[in-house]
Amino acid sequence: MMAGMTTIVRTISRLLFPFMFLFGVYVLVHGHLTPGGGFQGGVIIAASVVMLWLAYGLEQSPIGFKLFRTEVLEAIGGLTLATVGLVGLVMGVGKFFGHVLPLGNLGSLFSGGDLPILNIGTSIKVAAGLILIFYAMLRKIAGEEL
Amino acid sequence: MRRVVPFVMVLVVGTILLYTVVNYLPPFGSFPQRKLGAFENQSVGQRILENAPRETGSANVVTSVVWDYRAYDTMGEATVLFTAVCGVLMLFLATRRQE
Repeated sequence: MMAGMTTIVRTISRLLFPFMFLFGVYVLVHGHLTPGGGFQGGVIIAASVVMLWLAYGLEQSPIGFKLFRTEVLEAIGGLTLATVGLVGLVMGVGKFFGHVLPLGNLGSLFSGGDLPILNIGTSIKVAAGLILIFYAMLRKIAGEEL
Repeated sequence: MRRVVPFVMVLVVGTILLYTVVNYLPPFGSFPQRKLGAFENQSVGQRILENAPRETGSANVVTSVVWDYRAYDTMGEATVLFTAVCGVLMLFLATRRQE
């Protein structure tokens, strides 16, 4: 049983959680336009979830968490990367990770060919992976058997 | 003596590093020209900086290098993360199998 922290920390982290999550989504979606990308956005999303866990404790956390679903999500993120690479190899210019989608206008949100898809796949993979790592470690610290 | 020897070593290594940084590093904002294959007069970095927005359609040159020019490398990086997650889950959640 993890204790969690005081009411002040709980309230602040609960209020801060949507904004942190949204900032992570912003960083990953704009990964091909501004500094950032899949890895950074995924880490910010994972940090927002871990912040709630640290403040509330694993049991009383207001977000639902399923271990199996998170594992599947991480595999889906990794499969997305491999699929985009193979599709570029087969349908594109014959290169691994060759571009299939049109490049679009430079600087607009829907541009960059396959890069936004790769960023989203990376972010899913990184966020799910880090959440899994922190979940396993927090479970061990709390001294609980599954 | 036990305190003097590490101090002298730190001093000597620090002096060597400082001397190298001051005298041999290229100035800020420039990078060494690499004589490599077809890039006789321009470095690979300069070529990527000039052509990346046109070739990949991405305004962020770092992303275009990470996921376009060196995408295979980055996928290996993602595989490393996958392996790390697998190892941590094996270490910390292994009690589930025993019950």
